[in-house]
Amino acid sequence: MSTSHSKKAQLYQTAPEIVTRHDLTFWNVRAKRDAMAQNLPEWEELRDAADRIKRHTETHLDEYLIQFEQNAIRNGVKVHWAEDAREYNQIVYDILSSHQVKKVVKSKSMLTEECHLNEHLQEKGIEVVGTDLGERILQLMKMAPSHIVMPALHVHRESIRDCFESTIPEYEEFKREYFRRNPQLSPDSTDCADPTMLTFIARLHLRNQFMTADAGMTGANFGIAASGDVVVCTNEGNADMSTAIPPLHIVSMGIEKLIPDYKAMAVFQRLLARCGTGQPTTVYTSHFRGSKPGGEMHIVLVDNGRSSILTNSEHWQTLKCMRCGACMNTCPVYRRSAGYSYSYFIPGPIGINLGMLKDPKDHSGNVSACSLCMSCDNVCPVKVDLSSQIYRWRQQLNEIGLANPMKKCMSDAMSFVFNRPKVYTSALKAARLVNVLPDFMVYSGINAWGYGHKMMVFPKESFHSLWKKGIENVK
Amino acid sequence: MRIGLFIPCYVDALYPKVGIAAYKLLKSLGLDVDYPEKQTCCGQPMGNAGFQDKALPLAVKFDELFSGYDYVVAPGASCAAYVRYFHPEIMKESKCTAAEKTTDIVEFLHDILKVKSLPAIFPHKVSVHNSCHGVRELGLSSPSERNVPQFNKIIDLLRLVKGIEIVEPERKDECCGFGGMFAIEEPAVSVRMGQDKLRRHIQTGAEYVTGPDSSCLMHLEGIAKKSGEHIKFIHVVQILAAGL
Repeated sequence: MSTSHSKKAQLYQTAPEIVTRHDLTFWNVRAKRDAMAQNLPEWEELRDAADRIKRHTETHLDEYLIQFEQNAIRNGVKVHWAEDAREYNQIVYDILSSHQVKKVVKSKSMLTEECHLNEHLQEKGIEVVGTDLGERILQLMKMAPSHIVMPALHVHRESIRDCFESTIPEYEEFKREYFRRNPQLSPDSTDCADPTMLTFIARLHLRNQFMTADAGMTGANFGIAASGDVVVCTNEGNADMSTAIPPLHIVSMGIEKLIPDYKAMAVFQRLLARCGTGQPTTVYTSHFRGSKPGGEMHIVLVDNGRSSILTNSEHWQTLKCMRCGACMNTCPVYRRSAGYSYSYFIPGPIGINLGMLKDPKDHSGNVSACSLCMSCDNVCPVKVDLSSQIYRWRQQLNEIGLANPMKKCMSDAMSFVFNRPKVYTSALKAARLVNVLPDFMVYSGINAWGYGHKMMVFPKESFHSLWKKGIENVK
Repeated sequence: MRIGLFIPCYVDALYPKVGIAAYKLLKSLGLDVDYPEKQTCCGQPMGNAGFQDKALPLAVKFDELFSGYDYVVAPGASCAAYVRYFHPEIMKESKCTAAEKTTDIVEFLHDILKVKSLPAIFPHKVSVHNSCHGVRELGLSSPSERNVPQFNKIIDLLRLVKGIEIVEPERKDECCGFGGMFAIEEPAVSVRMGQDKLRRHIQTGAEYVTGPDSSCLMHLEGIAKKSGEHIKFIHVVQILAAGL
């Protein structure tokens, strides 16, 4: 009865200390988020407001998109529309190739992951450098993100050191520079995976990339319809570096990223970093209205299935998501199974839902990764009904022919017994449920319950039977 | 006040003492308590597994059996929550009257009867297990994720018991990993969640883990026994009814 998630998650459990470390790392992020939430008396009102704004905007997207486009054009920005990933990749490539771009520096964008832009451009001979530190580490390690906000938090610093050493040609030179600038430190007594040193090396490495790039790409945390602005939130300032140096700036933006105006922005600005990383704000909140003098700015508005999600009455609320990652950090299953246990590139509660919307056949194996604890619903800053949606997907698996036959058989058996009080009662009496209830608890492969539990002891008599005998006399 | 006692199927089969405690406690408070014998299951196991359609006849039957009572009371937060919040949706067209009168025994004692004293004595240290559906569906306590006034109805009631010492584990309302079909489909993660939860309960130094859902307790007890831990498990209603 194993799903793709459960199989990978089980493998992940073979190193319990790694699970402990992963769980604690992300629990700490949740704890920081809680502290932020507790410190704002108006926290729940902010969530209500964010929910209302997103509901309104997503259901009036047609109007806001046009308004946004008109304002962006007025600001001198070139606006493109991409219906799907293929069209998006083509548009970006066309812009880059018409400017003879050889190297692109990119700040983080989950949309480019979604559309596999990096691979597309690299096939066409354009070098793409992710400049978010986590993203760069993963790129050098040839790994996929494991989380949407902290994509490389699962990688340990020792592995990062090994990776830098083998992939950054100037590694030794940068290391010498680090000790030259910090004469009080001795190379012999410094941990060779010292985070400050590694960060310094990454900084010099990235600096070279910014200086030699022909174009910069950013994602968009928000698009402001009333002004045509794009807002990008980073902690490293890499969006600013990516756009300040090269003359060409391309923004990739999912159409659901729109919000009406700056009044709305004020609500989201207060929520995003508090929910995502437990910071009162990201270090940089960069607003892009137009190109730098003599440069060009392009915005590619990408649909790629979003407008069809909007027509899905049971799942449209996923469009409200602003990708803060809070649902992952709180998810007890995500924390103990980590990003690669999920088949979709976005893990956790929101990823389970978005994966199903992308392609149920490919991603139905994630739907089991939820104990329905509902913690995600309570951290989500825009109140996406995450757990209810997962519950609904489970109902839909049968209709689309993806339900597990074993699970179906168990549900049939339970249904047969529970719908027949006499059968139920006699089953209780005769078999103490061993042939009935354990079907749900014991049955599965060999014995899923026995995997980590000692079997329960069935009492001699059920409540039913005691009631019939006269409950008043029971001690 | 006529009370329909709803004993969830697994409590019926595995924890009859929880049912007896619930019955005796309600009787001791002067209520007219009845147990409709034809009840079986609320349908949650099928619904959570993805076969909510199979819960429909059970929901209809439940409503038929329980609609005549003033309140339906269950020693089981998760099942009570399923009836209250899912039955109306499952039954859609047909009239569903029992759901809104269905409560978990903790909220019934706390919010409806507003019990202010109990004769119970329980001279032990207990660690409170705030089960997910109790916290986040029924509101038995304030969810740790939210910025709302702090409260805990389970603890309020336990404070009426003489001699008891009440503690909560670190991460007081993190899921224990039971989740019904989740424990079967994702045994590795489910057990790991249970081990973590169990460790935090043990770290409080409590003799007992207590909570409003026997399902969570069953999961934790199975893990505890497998790993040779001696901490004991008891449903909150058994403590509240101690001595009756």
